[in-house]
Amino acid sequence: MIIAERKPVAEILNMIEGASTVLVAGCATCVADCMAGGEREVGILASAMRIALVREGKAVEIIEVTVERQCEREFIERIRELVEKVDVVISTACGIGVQAMAERYRNKPIYPGVNTTFLGLREEEGLWTERCAACGDCTLHLTGGICPVARCSKSLLNGPCGGSREGKCEVSEEIACGWQLIIDRLIELGQLDRLEANIPPKNWATSRDGGPRKVIKKELRDEKRKQS
Amino acid sequence: MKSGSNLEKVLSAGHTAVTAELGPPMGCNAETVRKKMELLRGTADAFNVTDCQTAVVRMSSISTSIFLAQAGMEPVMQMTCRDRNRIAIQSDILGAAAHGIKNCLCIAGDHQSFGAKGKLKGHPGSKNVYDVDSIQLVGILRGLRDDARQQGGDPLDASVPLFIGAAWTPLGDPIEIRTIRLAKKVNAGADFIQTQAVYDIKRFSEAMQKARDRGLHERVAILAGIIVPKSGGMLAYMNKSVPGVVVPQELIDRMKAASDQRAEGIKIAVELIQQVLQIEGVRGVHIQAIEWEEAVREVVGGAGLLPRPTV
Repeated sequence: MIIAERKPVAEILNMIEGASTVLVAGCATCVADCMAGGEREVGILASAMRIALVREGKAVEIIEVTVERQCEREFIERIRELVEKVDVVISTACGIGVQAMAERYRNKPIYPGVNTTFLGLREEEGLWTERCAACGDCTLHLTGGICPVARCSKSLLNGPCGGSREGKCEVSEEIACGWQLIIDRLIELGQLDRLEANIPPKNWATSRDGGPRKVIKKELRDEKRKQS
Repeated sequence: MKSGSNLEKVLSAGHTAVTAELGPPMGCNAETVRKKMELLRGTADAFNVTDCQTAVVRMSSISTSIFLAQAGMEPVMQMTCRDRNRIAIQSDILGAAAHGIKNCLCIAGDHQSFGAKGKLKGHPGSKNVYDVDSIQLVGILRGLRDDARQQGGDPLDASVPLFIGAAWTPLGDPIEIRTIRLAKKVNAGADFIQTQAVYDIKRFSEAMQKARDRGLHERVAILAGIIVPKSGGMLAYMNKSVPGVVVPQELIDRMKAASDQRAEGIKIAVELIQQVLQIEGVRGVHIQAIEWEEAVREVVGGAGLLPRPTV
């Protein structure tokens, strides 16, 4: 899922400077699971904002709402009435949700309430870690189901650099060496020989380096054209 | 001859090769480079010029290498994958070759967070590149030389004379991959290897045995890395904190007990050179006297490797 972290209240208050009504719009999907921008977090953020605004002597109305999925137009359409009522929307969805709202409500400032951080999972209670870099050319079958692009600090494709030490990355003791994980897993699977092959330079055009990406399902588009 | 570099000639003639390291200054003072050059002149067959080591901005490896080449001292231009994509790398290699630089060492490079780990600020907020890794970089250089072709497939007007180097951390974690990594570098086209610093002769000999088991020592010239120790504290630090560097406790104790630690460091370096050269498949040594270039002449001389051969 998409992992996010809430922005500091002070940063959010700066964004809404001058507004008298603010909608804090949460999303009940990924950002709710990672406890950054779901219904509960919307409540906490709205309360924190109200307290801070009262302290500053500012009369700002904060309205709360949470939609099922901010990345889907039909869900965000359902809050049109609320959106149109306020000066500013703070979206606590991921960057996709913020942009979906901005596309839907062109005359309304939509500001981010969270920092979208990565594609990952909940590793333990209270701990989320990155798993996928969405590079557009998956080779997990070669590396024991562990991604070197996302989990090696240098995204090296032919094995670890010389900076791996006791399972840790040279960047920090807090970071597991992705290649140590890959090698441990391949040894368990009896597949270490998969690392013997030289991996050629990657085609990063399928990643962000090819510009904004799109996926087209031709059959669905053809069907839609026929209908219209 | 692949490149006609002095290092290649020395190795081809069957001599024990010596390379030494020259770290460019944190500034644009050519005089600093020239001073270091004169301290090192004649002590080695080629001189590694580091590429913003520890991710600290220094005079570029390519321009410092040009100073050396112009002064008749052969550089081994180091090239990291951290700061350049394949377009910049190949462009810089073409320019370097035009200036007479023939040796290039392909390395991943220290992560950009490194620069802030010591007293310096570095640029930990910078973006790294890693468009290609060090093994892929070796392959790209081989393509420039053997096929006169860029990685993307476009032709060059002539092949690029290069003697291609790569690094090897024989005792690095995960240890199971280290021989495979060396084999991949050789398969990619590495002509010579410079290893991480060797202090534990027994464990390094075991790693060399594994390399020999695959016949790698016959396909690539392995130069064992020697970092001249300055103090017992430095040895203890490297043992504890530098990945892939294993320093036996007796060496740390011996250094700490010495009344003149720098003299003892030179003595230890000389002994290490003599020991690694006894190991089958070691074709030379790569000496690093970090910010202590004066020590190199004494070390190489002490090991009986002066004067350097003329080939």
